Amino acid sequence: LSVPRRAAMCSGGTLSILRSDSYADLSQYRDQHFRGTRYDQERLLRKSCTLYVGNLSFYTTEEQIHELFGKSGDIKKVIMGLDKVKKTACGFCFVEYYARGDAENAMRYINGTRLDDRIIRTDWDAGFKEGRQYGRGRSGGQVRDEYRQDYDAGRGGYGKTVQCQ
Amino acid sequence: AGQPHKRRRTSEPSEIEERLESLICRVGEKSNSSLESNLEGLAGVLEADLPNYKSKILRILCTVARLLPEKLTVYTTLVGLLNARNYNFGGEFVEAMIRQLKECLKVNMYNEAVHLVRFLSDLVNCHVIAAPSMVAMFENFVSVTQEEDVPQVRCDWYMFAFLSSLPWVGKELYEKKDAEMDRLLSQTESYLKRRQKIHVPMLQVWTADKPHPQEEVSGLYYLDCLWSQIQKLKKDRWQERHILRPYLAFDSILCEALQHNLPPFTPPPHTEDSVYPMPRVIFRMFDYTDDPEGPVMPGSHSVERFVIEENLHCIIKSHWKERKTCAAQLLSYPGNNKIPLNYHIVEVIFAELFQLPSPPHIEVMYTTLLIELCKLQPGSLPQVLAQATEMLYMRLDTMNTTCVDRFINWFSHHLSNFQFRWSWEDWSDCLTQDLEKPKPKFVREVLEKCMRLSYHQRIIDIVPASFSVLSPANPVCIYKYGDESNRSLPGYTVALCLTIAIKNKASNDEIFSILKDVPNPNQDDDDDEGFTFNPLKIEVFVQTLLHLAAKSFSHSFSALAKFHEVFKTLAESDEGKLHVLRVVYEVWKNHPQMIAVLVDKMIRTQIVDCAAVANWIFSSELAHDFTRFYIWEILHSTIRKMNKHVLKIHKELEETKARLARQHKRRDSDDDDDDDDRSSDREDGPLEEQIERLQEKVESAQSEQKNLFLVIFQRFIMLLTEHLVRCETGGIDVFTPWYKSCIERLQQIFLQHHQIIQQYMVTLENLLFTAELDHHILAVFQQFCALQA
Repeated sequence: LSVPRRAAMCSGGTLSILRSDSYADLSQYRDQHFRGTRYDQERLLRKSCTLYVGNLSFYTTEEQIHELFGKSGDIKKVIMGLDKVKKTACGFCFVEYYARGDAENAMRYINGTRLDDRIIRTDWDAGFKEGRQYGRGRSGGQVRDEYRQDYDAGRGGYGKTVQCQ
Repeated sequence: AGQPHKRRRTSEPSEIEERLESLICRVGEKSNSSLESNLEGLAGVLEADLPNYKSKILRILCTVARLLPEKLTVYTTLVGLLNARNYNFGGEFVEAMIRQLKECLKVNMYNEAVHLVRFLSDLVNCHVIAAPSMVAMFENFVSVTQEEDVPQVRCDWYMFAFLSSLPWVGKELYEKKDAEMDRLLSQTESYLKRRQKIHVPMLQVWTADKPHPQEEVSGLYYLDCLWSQIQKLKKDRWQERHILRPYLAFDSILCEALQHNLPPFTPPPHTEDSVYPMPRVIFRMFDYTDDPEGPVMPGSHSVERFVIEENLHCIIKSHWKERKTCAAQLLSYPGNNKIPLNYHIVEVIFAELFQLPSPPHIEVMYTTLLIELCKLQPGSLPQVLAQATEMLYMRLDTMNTTCVDRFINWFSHHLSNFQFRWSWEDWSDCLTQDLEKPKPKFVREVLEKCMRLSYHQRIIDIVPASFSVLSPANPVCIYKYGDESNRSLPGYTVALCLTIAIKNKASNDEIFSILKDVPNPNQDDDDDEGFTFNPLKIEVFVQTLLHLAAKSFSHSFSALAKFHEVFKTLAESDEGKLHVLRVVYEVWKNHPQMIAVLVDKMIRTQIVDCAAVANWIFSSELAHDFTRFYIWEILHSTIRKMNKHVLKIHKELEETKARLARQHKRRDSDDDDDDDDRSSDREDGPLEEQIERLQEKVESAQSEQKNLFLVIFQRFIMLLTEHLVRCETGGIDVFTPWYKSCIERLQQIFLQHHQIIQQYMVTLENLLFTAELDHHILAVFQQFCALQA
């Protein structure tokens, strides 16, 4: 931008209706496996450059994710979510940006749009730690794929419990 | 009434301010009564609050005037009602506005300053400000055009502030002071005639040499367009019917009010630090022929068109972070049964997306906003968008290359949200053209981007068979040493050896020892200096490693990280760096996305530097891909990394200087507590030394940055000169598709990084863009100079 924003210097400041940034706000979700207090987690979420991305197809590649999420800024790292047993993609990933502002733009403009014809969902993540790339469902994938009743061709068909019947 | 009785006692001041702000900002929203009766009610509430909360109310109203220009007339009406009830308040408000205007101008907030000027001018209509004093202010604005030795963009802004207020207040001012207004208008005319326009072509979305019948106005400098609209407005006796004017309903009350005179306003003088808005060009794509079934689009010279566009731009500016709100606000713009609102919205969005040098907001915002609009108007907006796409496609031949880039990005991303459904056959005309021509080139680049968002087979499936010539290559890696038939190639055996070693998790040292056996084709005699530039070594190592790591980006990044030492050593020299890039290209030329991420990683891990990437892009090996989009994405990404690096070190330096200043303050203020200071000194090394080191780092980074730009400009000049000489001696037309692309890419460098390049003007003028240069190339430089002149 050629003209720097210095709204605070002007005697008026800004208006709260213009400050609204609901897409970039924290969601209600908190990671139950997070080691630390709620307060710690929220502090990390508020300055994080890492996003959790969910509802991916099992076939969506790192390259596709890089292309889409690259539209809001330079990506530092993509970590694909894996089935703990099979070590294959299980429909989620982490995207880490160099700058928080780029992650915010992803929350504003990429969250809720389509990748591989699926509406994907992004949320703030407190930061990748080894082990968090694995699904937490009993069968090795994500929890949501354990119990769901519907058929989803991009996510291994029926939910695991349904499959086992 | 109806408030929960949480607190009986007086609420916090901030709560009151919030409530007042909410009342004011949301006036008329979600109400069954008319806007007028809501305004009347609000005026009553505020009047009652004035004794206790006057300064808060003043602040809120001033801020609203500055930040909610799309609701200008709502708030001028409110101020008018308040002034009618309380003359002193009206006076204080006007004073506060003038103070705010001065402050905005001082800190270069020119866009917001225009809103304030317009607000003040509409206050004339509300009987708050006396017309003659407004005319006097405009006389001072227009007289800025008489100032000497000031940038033209300064005069342009003051002219714009005057002209753009006239749709609101022209009628009233002309009725009261017609002679003065006529004089101002004729001064305007003579200023516009004499101002230079050589930079305008640089900012146009479509080159003007093939004028399109529709736009007598698209491509016009924004001031010239506005001037023609004001002239027409005057011809129509200042009758303006689009703007909603709530104050008309209160005329009987307002005309009883006493008016205030604006204090004489002297425009603050031009200073070294003044930064005026960049010149702009009008973008139009639709006219009255484009929506045959709906309401007629206001003509291109009509002032209604100007007002609608201004308001829609303001709505986007207000709500860019909230895409659903933004879409809803755009679609509920008043008057939407009298104007083809969908067309205006689409036109305004593309105007922003294609704006040069840069869109006001991040590109991806516009894609998502258009998708939200399609969701809200599924029966009408997608068709308008398809129509717009078709029109843009038809005019690709004259579209600025940078704008084509944005069109490609937008269209491919948009399609990926709609299962890539498109009537490709409608574009079969491009199949008969030379592949370098804009239309087939566009389709190729779109399909490549679509593939990046999906996968190769998907793209083959979605286009008709006839389009296969434009389909992207299957993004597979090309391994030179992979085929047994290549075993006679020098380095083949070493490559095999390396492959096995790497698969067996060899260390960097083991790799070095294997590579020692690779002969150097460049050397005649034994050179015992250790690791000199050996292209074959680089080739064998890089080819093999990249091939082994080809599975995904992560695999390749791990490989770069693991063998970083080998890379650094092999690529120590400039030739080494260049060769590494060449080999990366040879391996991955089918997968431009992979090339881009590898180059990015190699810069960040300092295997190659930015200058090497620039030289590589202009090298003859890449000539075949020179006009492809991905090459320029890589170059601009490289420049951005360089710029961010300089900013980062600069910031570190400033922070350390601040720490030193604080340390001195501490030393001066308390005599005891020396322990703290000394311990922090011990930890970080004396701050003074740190600052010296950082200062050196900053200078070295800035020098590297300048060198990068000089390399790029130098290579452009060489390339373009070659072409021009070849054409002249051969008697062929200079203006080939390649040339158009190349010269516009040069312009793009200037525009995208204009702030930084401004620092190098003297060097550029004296060293590179000298008078001996071909005039075609020199013109680009001169246009750039004219931008902020």
